[in-house]
Amino acid sequence: MSPNSFTSSNKIAYVNARLLDPMTGLDAMGGILTEGEIIVHVGAGLFKDNVPEDAKVIDCQGKCLSPGLVDMRVHMSAQNFAPTGAAAVAGGVTSAICLPGTNLIIDDPMVVQSIARSARKVGLVKVYPYGAITKGLAGAELAEMGMLAESGAVAFTDGNRAVENSRTMAQALSYAATFGLMIVQHPEDPNLSQNGVMNESETSTRLGLVGIPVEAETIIVDRDIRLAKMTGGRLHFAHISTAESVELIRRAKDDGVTVTCDTAPPYFALNETAVGDYRTFAKLSPPLRSEQDREAIIKGLQDGAIDAIASDHCPRSEDLKRLPFADAANGGVGMETLLSVTLELVHNGHLGLREALGLVTQHPADLLGLPAGQLKAGSAADLVVFDLDAGWQVKEDALHSRSKNTPFDRRPLQGRVLRTVIDGRTVFEIGD
Amino acid sequence: MTASVFDPSQFPLPHLLGIEGLSPVAISLFLDRADEYVELNRKRGKMLDTLSGRTIMNLFFEDSTRTRTSFELAGKRLGAEVINMSVSTSSIKKGETLIDTAMTLNAMHPDVLVVRHGSSGAVKLLSEKVNCAVVNAGDGSHEHPTQALLDALTIRRRKGHIDGLQVAICGDILHSRVARSNIHLLNTMGARVRLIAPKTLLPLKVERMGAEVFHDMKAGLKDCDIVMMLRLQTERMKTNFFPTVREYYHFYGLNYNKLKEAKNDALIMHPGPMNRGVEIASDVADDIGRSAIREQVEMGVAVRMACLEVLSENLNREQSA
Repeated sequence: MSPNSFTSSNKIAYVNARLLDPMTGLDAMGGILTEGEIIVHVGAGLFKDNVPEDAKVIDCQGKCLSPGLVDMRVHMSAQNFAPTGAAAVAGGVTSAICLPGTNLIIDDPMVVQSIARSARKVGLVKVYPYGAITKGLAGAELAEMGMLAESGAVAFTDGNRAVENSRTMAQALSYAATFGLMIVQHPEDPNLSQNGVMNESETSTRLGLVGIPVEAETIIVDRDIRLAKMTGGRLHFAHISTAESVELIRRAKDDGVTVTCDTAPPYFALNETAVGDYRTFAKLSPPLRSEQDREAIIKGLQDGAIDAIASDHCPRSEDLKRLPFADAANGGVGMETLLSVTLELVHNGHLGLREALGLVTQHPADLLGLPAGQLKAGSAADLVVFDLDAGWQVKEDALHSRSKNTPFDRRPLQGRVLRTVIDGRTVFEIGD
Repeated sequence: MTASVFDPSQFPLPHLLGIEGLSPVAISLFLDRADEYVELNRKRGKMLDTLSGRTIMNLFFEDSTRTRTSFELAGKRLGAEVINMSVSTSSIKKGETLIDTAMTLNAMHPDVLVVRHGSSGAVKLLSEKVNCAVVNAGDGSHEHPTQALLDALTIRRRKGHIDGLQVAICGDILHSRVARSNIHLLNTMGARVRLIAPKTLLPLKVERMGAEVFHDMKAGLKDCDIVMMLRLQTERMKTNFFPTVREYYHFYGLNYNKLKEAKNDALIMHPGPMNRGVEIASDVADDIGRSAIREQVEMGVAVRMACLEVLSENLNREQSA
């Protein structure tokens, strides 16, 4: 493939980069040429001798260059597209999938279209919305999934609410399968987890907090696997947190059930002890589990039982977190730590670098059918340049997100985003 | 169509409970005879005395004006005495009471009972308790044999044959007795059946009944000769078989845009009553060149005359034996 013309001036040559593409398995020194919004050339050894003279040169100084991150779980509200976008690109996230929630009930085709419009206006991260499974996320009547999909919804979920009724869930899976669409379930039995605020364990007993048993998750995982089998629907579980769920999903995959799942960094990097002395930043849904669960999550990431890692980014104001533990809101911001915490798995020897990157790029893109997550001539120039080894500490002033509620507060991390490129345009550069 | 000798023994059963299991010969018997009645019905002075002295009871546990009227006319045109009994479902309890009703009516010595009931299998149960002939005018989601016969007659008169045709049945297959009877009949007569519906409106393993299943309506209609629309049971809407009427119509409502995938001379059918703007656009339903919907109603009377006649003839044979 030869550049056909050197007259245009919108070419950028990323030179001296360690190219990493989970899709092709590429891991070699080389360069990338982009023209406008598109990658036109990717190659090991590219530009070793010469760079097209009309191209602007960005020297990656031997650092890693990979596809931009695809984060399949991001909570947004109509008011915070701009700060969320800033947090995304600071974390190397180039595609964010927007979850429906109480502030953004995506059960109408008009809402899907307005999210796309708002995100384009902000012009940072690419935003793809989920559609709601049920109207008003109420778990009763199906939303207009077919029309939501035609408007741009990439899959369906009721966000952090489980579809509780077995019949409704079966019908949702069946109806969505009509259109070949995926149902994303928050696996938590709302009756069993009622009033619970942390993992049910000796720790919850000692702290005097109401526990959420592991079974709240595994009962729904088990049930929905059976429903997926019954209906032939495409099922995906969000943020798997328990050892038993991983095992159930692993077995279902072996049986040929069309089921996939993701987890979030807190579930492989933290355990319930992070709640410590009632730290509300560690109050998440699902709750942080035991050390044994954490280890099983890592094992699931290693053997493919878990398909993707998503940030579960959930900004919460101080008002909602500076409360007694039981009253504080669930959730933590996560896009800015998504890559670094995932790279811990590499530094600890749990995963290879390309494997780890695949979990935050190509895999989620494939699950949702998005044209993202790979370095390929002809595809959008959505890239991240990162330093695999640079250390930094998670601190309030290091975060671009408006809300600072991260469960990784104070944690030293290794691996840092240097530059984020979306559609050929640098939208984040470290030191900005 | 060559005129064949009318031989009621080609339908060897005492009751017409369903299409499943009927031979092509038996089906053709009804269609051929009905064809003759179509011509007769179009003339003045259409009363015959074929069934004079016979008593037919219409026993409808479910409301239906058109089917009941169609059977009533059919019986009267053949000279039978026809009595209508509407039994409101609320006053009837299932099981023993249904049988009690059957026994009571049986004691009045009717010759033919035409029965519609909301429960699948109820008509068969009733037929086991009476001495007269029984016609199933629709039982639950099971069968509606005279509807399938009148559909077949409509198709055969328009297309000249049934075998080899590609027929698409679209909509609420799950609850439809019309769909089930038609699947049996069309397969028996050599047509190929496609079913078009969202997964939520298709019963399990329906393809095993002899049909190809489509979820994309345009793909399903491609090159079809016949497009049979089913009535959407809007009363079941609260139970999540589909999200809204708006979405249903968008994906499964028949309009010209979707219809252009079918053959240019594809025939449009609907068992009625139609929900305009729900499963079918008004202009398509009223398209004189392509819609056979009103013709189906006409065929209904003729087909039911043939059914009543055949069952009565079989009674004659039985009674004289």
